[in-house]
Amino acid sequence: MSAMHEPTTQQIKDEKLYRQMGMTDEEFDRAVEMIGRLPNYTETGLFSAMWSEHCSYKSSKPILRRFPTEGERVLQGPGEGAGIVDIGDNQAAVFKMESHNSPSAIEPFIGAATGAGGIIRDVFSMGARPVALVNSMRFGDLSDARDRYLFEQAVAGIASYGNTIGIPTIAGEVQFDNCYSKRPLVNAMTVGLLNHEDIQKGLASGVGNTVIYAGAKTGRDGIHGATMSSTEVAVDKEAELPVMQAGDPFLEKLLMEACLELVKSDALIGIQDMGAAGLTSSAAEMASKAGFGVEMNLDLIPQREEGMTPYEMMLSESQERMLIVVKKGREQEIIDLFAKHNIEAVSVGVVTEDKMLRLKHKGETVAEILADTLAEDAPVYYKESKEPAYFSEFQAMENTEPVVTHLKETLTALLQRPTIASKEWVYNQFDTQARANTVVAPGSSAGVIRVRGTNKGLAMTADCNSRFIYLDPETGGKIAVAEATRNLICSGAEPIAATDCLNFGSPDKPEVFWQVEKSADGISEACRKLNAPIIGGNVSMSNEVNGVPVYPTPTMGMVGIVHDLSQVTTTAFKQAGDAIYVIGEAKTEFGGSELQQMVEGKIFGKVPAIDLDVEVARQKDLLKAIQSKLVQSATDLSEGGFAVALCEKAFDAQGLGAEVSIPGSSVTALFSETQSRFLVTVKDEHAEAFEKLVPDANRIGTVTATAEIVIKGEENTVLVEGTVEEFRSAWKGAIACLLNSEA
Amino acid sequence: MRFAILSFPGSSCDEDMVHAVLNIVGEGAEVVNHNQADLKSFDAVILPTGASFGDYLRPGALAQSSPAINSLKEFVKTGKPVLGVGNGFQILVEAGILPGAFLINKDLKFRSGNSTLNVENASTRFTAVYEEGQQITLPFAHHYGNYYVDKETAKQLKADGRIVFTYADDSHDGSVDGIAGVLNVQGNVLGMMPLPERAVEAIIGGTDGLPLFQSIIKNWSENNVSHA
Repeated sequence: MSAMHEPTTQQIKDEKLYRQMGMTDEEFDRAVEMIGRLPNYTETGLFSAMWSEHCSYKSSKPILRRFPTEGERVLQGPGEGAGIVDIGDNQAAVFKMESHNSPSAIEPFIGAATGAGGIIRDVFSMGARPVALVNSMRFGDLSDARDRYLFEQAVAGIASYGNTIGIPTIAGEVQFDNCYSKRPLVNAMTVGLLNHEDIQKGLASGVGNTVIYAGAKTGRDGIHGATMSSTEVAVDKEAELPVMQAGDPFLEKLLMEACLELVKSDALIGIQDMGAAGLTSSAAEMASKAGFGVEMNLDLIPQREEGMTPYEMMLSESQERMLIVVKKGREQEIIDLFAKHNIEAVSVGVVTEDKMLRLKHKGETVAEILADTLAEDAPVYYKESKEPAYFSEFQAMENTEPVVTHLKETLTALLQRPTIASKEWVYNQFDTQARANTVVAPGSSAGVIRVRGTNKGLAMTADCNSRFIYLDPETGGKIAVAEATRNLICSGAEPIAATDCLNFGSPDKPEVFWQVEKSADGISEACRKLNAPIIGGNVSMSNEVNGVPVYPTPTMGMVGIVHDLSQVTTTAFKQAGDAIYVIGEAKTEFGGSELQQMVEGKIFGKVPAIDLDVEVARQKDLLKAIQSKLVQSATDLSEGGFAVALCEKAFDAQGLGAEVSIPGSSVTALFSETQSRFLVTVKDEHAEAFEKLVPDANRIGTVTATAEIVIKGEENTVLVEGTVEEFRSAWKGAIACLLNSEA
Repeated sequence: MRFAILSFPGSSCDEDMVHAVLNIVGEGAEVVNHNQADLKSFDAVILPTGASFGDYLRPGALAQSSPAINSLKEFVKTGKPVLGVGNGFQILVEAGILPGAFLINKDLKFRSGNSTLNVENASTRFTAVYEEGQQITLPFAHHYGNYYVDKETAKQLKADGRIVFTYADDSHDGSVDGIAGVLNVQGNVLGMMPLPERAVEAIIGGTDGLPLFQSIIKNWSENNVSHA
């Protein structure tokens, strides 16, 4: 549409055209009142994008305020491209997780790839060198061809972007449940490193300073992506969807190197990625945060297509673009710097005093709105919250064991569940060792990279058991945080900070909003107790298909510091003769467990309880034991419970097995998902010292030199006996097998 | 000894190679940009892995038309050592410096991991510190790791001892005769898909890549001692 044919201000109001852009009548009236006149078509577009949930957090703001965001290591909390935590030696870790769910539901390869590309830009726009990628994904259970396609393509898309740009993917998780059928979740996290003096912010300050546009040209792709991602994807109405933005990892590699050189220049004032809502959000946010205005001449914007209107340019979400503010008079050296990296950079505007975002096009002013009005004054909604009927029903249920007739067959079947099965099929497609710093690659509790030039490491993980959160969001929220910290602890790392990706259904449904609130409460409490402040994150609402929301999935991304690389610990058994310990006792807790879903075909009842004081104490004890080098291998007990964890410890240990005896009811002992539990091996000569440090540990058996798993119950009855190989082959090939089936 | 690490736009693992040569092996290493490639003053050239020019068209296809390739060809003629790993191997093949071609992996997916290799020829200047028949473990990461030469060429390469490494496990991705690394006729250019620079430190990927660098240095010092 050319500017000439755009609707008039009166038409926008009378025909309620703003509704097509995702604005409500009340929001439009609010915008009119704030600017004291009717907005034109371009301005209406600016409002609709900046006031979308994706950009404004208008529904989630009251919730996000509950999160603990401060801590002694926190250098930058939420509000910038990514959060920053101190890791000592004048260095800092920079990280954030972001969702790309809606694009991935439509065009999974491109959607997942641009998700990775976007979060990488967020990190290098802070001045940090991206050093590792983590991802968290959810799909339907692979029985449906569309879900298999979404899974295969999303994995390939993430792989393509990360591998091409040369950043290793070192951790991640994938879970499968039919609540995600046709509505996958694709969350990507990037971790970067910088020296404190290189920290950059997205600020447009200093009247007269120059606004520079750098990177890819602007095209008509991704227009209104931010608005789209805040609404339900209508799978049968793909024709109405905007053209998806595609990513170019090669261009991003060039842009990244240019920006990392730029941050060393004293000409730089501020830098921000053009992410969701593209030019609009970067310009408005940089001006608003700095307390200045920005005036841009849109004729100067590099354009990929002819005849683009101001509306199209401002709302485009073309990838690999950055907005930069540099000192007046220093433009040419910055443009030359980008040119050296084969990146186009042009001066497109100036910083002004009047706090306006002002856009010129063909000699006319086409938009003029206070930057704060766009960036800060979106309405805040205190959504209605209502406890769903199911919750009290589930809470009233007694804890019972699922009926299991054959223990070994059940264990084998659990190992083949895609959520539990080996994710090799996924992570073998990622370059896990680029940059030559990967100490622990995917497949253990957490990924670990070395911080080159030091003896330190960074451990990272992403976790969320959404079944628990659906059944009981507050407890489930606590469990998500605790599980992430457990994975770091088991790798020998001290958790230092968290990021989150809050994936939910429509917040307009009171039952969904109740899930948001309750899980946020659980997450907040656990983050406080476990000393993991949330330094940034992302909200993705309206993850629904045909009006049915996905399970609430607030994914926790977490980073820990390994103080001495010799303390890095992995899952696998190390040596025959080592003592096997379990920390914590199994209780009959199966609500939301993998066994319950497998046996009953649904989840119900109470989720496993979690006592955060017990959790904190056990994590502290175990970390101390690991740091004292008393621990050979460690893993936490999660999906599938004890028996699955025991097998997993043998899968990567060449030729080793285990013989253990466990007390109590066999189904509970083998498969319960009781929280705050760990499985650890210890050299015999360290047993005494270990037991002293970890009072909750019970010695249950020994690592054996024969590759067999023998689990005995009370009175020495054999509960499960089999070769490691038979369990491994079930576990290892399950996902490939499901993908190749034509069912 | 001075190594040039020849870097093209997108050669993202150039720094890994500098780290291996400079910090671990302890020899001189400099990144040389593809458009200002004057290689004459160097003792060896390494083409690192990554995705030069985004792997667009075909891996290595765009890099081989860069101005640096002419100076590389001149450098090859001097008889000094040239090593291409991963994407660097693909570039050498696209430039016609090494025989063959690369196809997409046989299962069509990017694949990474560790592969077990046989050292087929331990009498080259790249492998003298290995034992013949030794099995080593090196990381790999590629989408187009399926090395192709016709049967006649494969036979000839084998007869001439130019197959330096073969895959000892099933990680060959379809490569003819499991070829993982080949030499040029003169024996001064080695291309290999596994990545030795990722295996020079015990804590990262093991140390099975070290003897490769040590072999290059050993050969160079022997020659330079004899000249002295």
